[in-house]
Amino acid sequence: MYKIVEKKILNPTVTEMKIEAPLVAAKAEPGQFIILRVDEEGERIPLTVAGYDRTAGWVKIIFQAVGSTTEKLAHLEAGEAIQDFAGPLGVPTELDGLSRVLIVGGGVGCAIALPIAEKLHEMGAAVTSVIGFRSRELVILEDEFRAASDELFVMTDDGSYGREGNVCVPITELFDSGEKFDKVITIGPLVMMKFVVAAVRPSGTPCDVSMNPIMIDGTGMCGGCRLTLVKDGKRVTKFACVDGPDFNGYEVDFDEAISRSNMYRDFERKKHEQTCNLFGKGAK
Amino acid sequence: MAKFNMRPDRNEMPTQDPKVRAHNFSEVALGYTEEQAVDEALRCLGCKNMPCKDGCPVNIRIPEFIAKIKECDFEGAYEIISSTSALPAVCGRVCPQERQCESKCVRGIKGESVGIGRLERFVADWHNAHASSAVPVPASNGHKVAVVGSGPSGLTCAGDLARLGYKVTVFEALHTAGGVLVYGIPEFRLPKAIVKREVDNLKALGVEIMTNIIIGKTLTVDELFERGFEAVYIASGAGLPSFMGIPGESYKGVYSANEFLTRSNLMKAYLDNPDTPIMKGGTVAVVGGGNVAMDAARTALRLGAEKVYIVYRRSLEELPARREEVEHAVEEGVELMLLTSPVEIFGYENKDTPRDPRCGFVTGMRCQKMRLGEPDERGRRRPELIEGSEFDIPVDTVIMAIGTTPNPLIKNTTDGLAVNSRGGIIVDDGGKTSRDAVYAGGDAVTGAATVISAMGAGKVAAAAIDEYLKTK
Repeated sequence: MYKIVEKKILNPTVTEMKIEAPLVAAKAEPGQFIILRVDEEGERIPLTVAGYDRTAGWVKIIFQAVGSTTEKLAHLEAGEAIQDFAGPLGVPTELDGLSRVLIVGGGVGCAIALPIAEKLHEMGAAVTSVIGFRSRELVILEDEFRAASDELFVMTDDGSYGREGNVCVPITELFDSGEKFDKVITIGPLVMMKFVVAAVRPSGTPCDVSMNPIMIDGTGMCGGCRLTLVKDGKRVTKFACVDGPDFNGYEVDFDEAISRSNMYRDFERKKHEQTCNLFGKGAK
Repeated sequence: MAKFNMRPDRNEMPTQDPKVRAHNFSEVALGYTEEQAVDEALRCLGCKNMPCKDGCPVNIRIPEFIAKIKECDFEGAYEIISSTSALPAVCGRVCPQERQCESKCVRGIKGESVGIGRLERFVADWHNAHASSAVPVPASNGHKVAVVGSGPSGLTCAGDLARLGYKVTVFEALHTAGGVLVYGIPEFRLPKAIVKREVDNLKALGVEIMTNIIIGKTLTVDELFERGFEAVYIASGAGLPSFMGIPGESYKGVYSANEFLTRSNLMKAYLDNPDTPIMKGGTVAVVGGGNVAMDAARTALRLGAEKVYIVYRRSLEELPARREEVEHAVEEGVELMLLTSPVEIFGYENKDTPRDPRCGFVTGMRCQKMRLGEPDERGRRRPELIEGSEFDIPVDTVIMAIGTTPNPLIKNTTDGLAVNSRGGIIVDDGGKTSRDAVYAGGDAVTGAATVISAMGAGKVAAAAIDEYLKTK
C-alpha cells in the first residue's frame, strides 16, 4: 500500500496528492508517468508525474475526476493509502541544450507542464508559458507557473479570467511578432495539442506533445497505447508507454489518437455516474 | 489388481459440457478421480530407460512418480515431481505434453500414450487438497539473488535457488505475481487460485516477492548489485505485441491478444460490473494459431461473442496450439478459418457526421485464401497467397495473436547486455548473459514460447547461478 501524505483540492474537479513512494521518487523525471490502482479490484490508470521530493520520498500527482477511478481517488484523504503505485515509466522529457522554450499547458495538463517549466527555469533557460482553462474557477497553478516563467499568459475560453480565448491566440501573436524559441512543449487535451501544433507549424519550431492514451500495464506489454506517427509519408506504430509519452507533434496522427481515446466513452460515463451515486453526488 | 492396464486408450479427462462451459469461466477440465488416476497409472510399463523423462524440459522422473500412484502413495508421487518441478499444478494443466513426455511413451506406438500430464495434474491437486502447508525453510547460505519477473521462468529459478538456501527476491512489474500465468492464461484453463498457491508455496520457502517494481525503470540491474544481490536472473518475459502491419489496425476494436487477455484475466473484466472495460459480444476474429490465439478466442466466446473465428494462414496440421486446446475451442463453437490471412481491417467512417459515436470502430475484415507451398528452412510448408481470392467478413473485434518481441526496458538500461537482432537477450548454455553474474531465460531470451520451456530455462539458470556463487 502507498500512503497519501498530503491532499490539496486545486479546483472543483482537480485534486493534488503527494504519495509516499520512495523508489519512484528517487528516479522520477519531468515527463514520466506512474500507473496506479486505487483498490484491490481497481483498474490500472496512468498519471503523469507532477512533482517529486527525492529526500522525503513522495511523488506528486494531479488529476481530474473524470472517471470512476479518479473519482474514487479524489474521495481518499491524507493518511489513507492506495493499493498500487508503480513507476516511473516512459522516457523523461528531453530538455538538454534548450535555452528558450515555450510551454503550453491546457487544463489539468498544466500539472504536467509545470515540472517541465520548473526544471527548465532551474537550468537557466528562458521560459515563456501559456496556460489555458475553460473558465476562472478551473484555473490551477498560476502562482507556480509565474515563479517558473519569464513571461506568462493565462487564458480562459470564456474570458472570466486572464485573457479571453484559447492558447493558440498568444502563440500566434508571439510567432507573428518574430519571437524565436528552441522548442515548444505542449501538454493538454488532444484537440488542444492538435491545434497548438498547427499554430506552431508555420514557424518551423520543433514542437513536442505529451500523449496520454489508454493504457493497461504501462511497461510495453499490451500495445493498447499504440499511436501512429507519420514519418516521411510512412505510417509507423509506436507505443506511448515505452517510446513516449513525448512525441514530435508534427508526426502524430491526432485524429486517430482522438478516436482511440474515446473507445470506452460510454463505459466510462456509466461507471463514473455509478461511482458518483455511491458518494451521493451527481456526475458533472 | 492387474499388474498393468493394457487397454490401448487412456482414461478420458472429465470436462464440463462444452455448451455450458462456453458461457462460464470455471475450469474446463475437471481432473481425474483417485480411481481413474490409479487405473491410468497402471497403463505405464515403467520403462527402465525412461524415454518420457527425456521428453520433459525439466526432466521429471515420470515412471517413478507414476509407480507411486499405482501404490496410492500420492504424496510420494508429489515429492518426486516437486523435486524437479516448481509448478506441478500449472504444468499438469498447460504443458504441451503430446509433444514432450507423452510423445516418447511406448504405449503411444500401439494406442494412446499414458496420460502423463493428467496424472501430474492429479498428483499436484491431491497434494494441494491434502498436504499440510508447513514446508521446512531451507538453511540460509547467506547469498542474495535477484530474480526479475514472477512468471513461470522466474518462479522456477527462485524456487530452485531457495531450496539450495539462497535468499531470493523476485521483482514483479505488475501488481500481482505470476506473469503470463495470471495475465495471459485464462481462468478456465488455469484457475488463478492455483497460481496463487504455487506462489504462496515459494513464499513459504523464504522467497520474497516485490510487486510494482519495474526493473529497468524503478531499479536498474546495476542497482540490484549495489543493493547486495550477487547474481541476477532476468525473466522479464514477452514484450511488445506484434501487429501485422495491414491497414486498419488502429481502429477501435483491434486488440493485441496480450491486451485482450490482460483486460479479462488480470483486470477481471469478465466479472459483472468490472472497473476495467473490454469489448464484448458481436463477431470476433482472432488472428493466429497458437495457444494464445485459442485462449483469446475462447475468452471472447465466454464474454458473450455470438461468433468467434480463428483466422490462421496454414492448415489444421500446422496449428501450433496444443491439440487439446484446439479440440476444446471447436467443441465450444469456435470456427476455424484455415489457410486464410487478413489483408485489411475496415472501420466505420462518416464524413458528414464525424462525431457519430460509431466512427472509428471495426466493421469488417478483408481476407485472402492461402495455399501451402514448399517447406521453409524450419520444414514448415510456406503459405502462399492465392491471387483473386479476397473475401470480406463482418467483424466487430479483431484480436492479433501473432506473437511478441522481447521487452526493451532492461536491454535499454543495462550496459553491456548483448541482445540479438530481434531484441532477445543472448545467453550461453547455462543461461549466462554477456554480463558477469547476470543470467536470463524464458521469453526474454527466446521470444514467445511455452511455459515449460521458460521453466526449463529457469532451472538451468538456477543451477548455473549456484555453481557460479559457490565457486566465486
